[in-house]
Amino acid sequence: MTVPAVLFYAFAALAVLSAIGMVVQVRNTVASAMSLVITMVALAGIYVLLEAHLVAVIQIMVYGGAIVVLFLFVVMLLNLRSDDFGPARQRLVRLAAAAIGVFALTWMLRLFSGLPEAPPLPEGFGGYREVGIALYTDYVLLVEVASLLLTAAIVGALILAKRKID
Amino acid sequence: MLIGVIVKSLFILIVMVAGLAPVITWIERKQSAVMQDRIGANRADVGGITLLGLMHPLADVFKLLSKEDVVPTGANRIMHLISPVIAAVPAVIAFAVVPFGGVYTLGGEEFSLVAANPDWGLLYIFAIGSIAMYGTVMAGWSSNNNWSLLGGLRASAQMISYEVTMGLSVVGIFMVFSTLQLQDMVVAQDDTFRVFGFLEVLFGLSVPAWLDFVRLPAWGVFYQPLGFVLFLTTIMAENKRPPFDTPEGESEIIAGYHLEYSGMRFGLFFMAEFIEVLVIAALMTTIFLGGWSVPWLTTETIIGGIAGVFGEGFATGICIILHFLSFMLKVVFMIWLQMALRWTLPRFRYDQVMDLCWKIILPLSIANVFVTGGIILLAGGTS
Repeated sequence: MTVPAVLFYAFAALAVLSAIGMVVQVRNTVASAMSLVITMVALAGIYVLLEAHLVAVIQIMVYGGAIVVLFLFVVMLLNLRSDDFGPARQRLVRLAAAAIGVFALTWMLRLFSGLPEAPPLPEGFGGYREVGIALYTDYVLLVEVASLLLTAAIVGALILAKRKID
Repeated sequence: MLIGVIVKSLFILIVMVAGLAPVITWIERKQSAVMQDRIGANRADVGGITLLGLMHPLADVFKLLSKEDVVPTGANRIMHLISPVIAAVPAVIAFAVVPFGGVYTLGGEEFSLVAANPDWGLLYIFAIGSIAMYGTVMAGWSSNNNWSLLGGLRASAQMISYEVTMGLSVVGIFMVFSTLQLQDMVVAQDDTFRVFGFLEVLFGLSVPAWLDFVRLPAWGVFYQPLGFVLFLTTIMAENKRPPFDTPEGESEIIAGYHLEYSGMRFGLFFMAEFIEVLVIAALMTTIFLGGWSVPWLTTETIIGGIAGVFGEGFATGICIILHFLSFMLKVVFMIWLQMALRWTLPRFRYDQVMDLCWKIILPLSIANVFVTGGIILLAGGTS
């Protein structure tokens, strides 16, 4: 096996194992969130192997960093104890995870039957320059719509928070 | 290639991390002493030799290593044990993309004095920074102590807020140099610019030729003075040393997130902060103070000036030494600046830290991006 292949299987195994760990540890919310971080970072490693460097860095910064830290912040703020999760809720989470897992597995098996050869990468693929140019030329409408959505979310949060203070 | 990377990494670990980080603790003690009209650390000695107090870092390490390593009852043992490592490792590996020398050709082979030079160098630093947060947050949570938990909560909110503004405050620099690669950024700064050139570009005035000799080094700080102040503020807040030490807050929450730590595990948090001071100094130098470049003397000038008399190889050697000395001098200056700020400013209250981030720094950095963009547009492309 070549070095990228070894790295790919290492990252893939890490991602799958930590994803399973996240579901199994559903009673311990913080440990579950930390497993999620490991999954995100392992996925970022796979993105680097796919030459999608910008996506990899954003994966770590946004998903690995900001979002899970916010999860942790809420978990710690509410000071959740393990008995806050009754058996019914745990069963629900595990059932949902199992259903998604089975779906993903069948999807993968279907794909494995015939994967086409990967085309050669265009020049500068996955760099911040190319992604930026693509975002602000071909997909500029979607970027603007997304920013509008974010503005709406911020305004909504402000209104909710302000009503409580008043 | 691989050997080169290993040699550079070892150099960084031995000279920068292991060599300089303990000295920074000494600088902090001595500088605070000078600023408070005291003598400062001077007692620790080996056989009567005190070296102006430089034996103190050694004594610190011995003391911390010989202390008992306590894990409190009811703590999450695994998390409690690995949190200090999560805090310290990112600080060390952030050095990988910081260039401590330029690009040289020696014996027909081109080499660049930076351990790793990815296209997205500065983004790597931000990614590392967002992982480093977990050390603090998990330390606060895993100790199973209410003060620690409060420290962890404060750390997560503060660091996530300042990370947003940290990214925004250097967007102006990205626009000026149009690269994220740190080595390319320094190469772009290894130059000078005409101080009065902006009159021509912005107002269409003609500048007399003799004013062309008034030149400044093409450093980021001269292109982005506001960016320099904003980035220094946000990155110091990320390091959570005073005046931004709300996660520790000795007077409010005892010691915050590392309250339940003892021995070398506490020492690791301590080390992480001091290594981060070094990382901040190196980063500020690289982005805003021209990195390894010698002001007013570009690489070509140095090599061209010496090569005629002593030969190409000797000139390159001299150039490498000059560049490294220039880099270290600027790094030491930035360390001094951080220490001076730390011992001058009183600490912020927690809500003041958050107000500063969201109400002052965020609008200012967005304004900085717009003004920079406008000037670049007027000047017709990046200068």
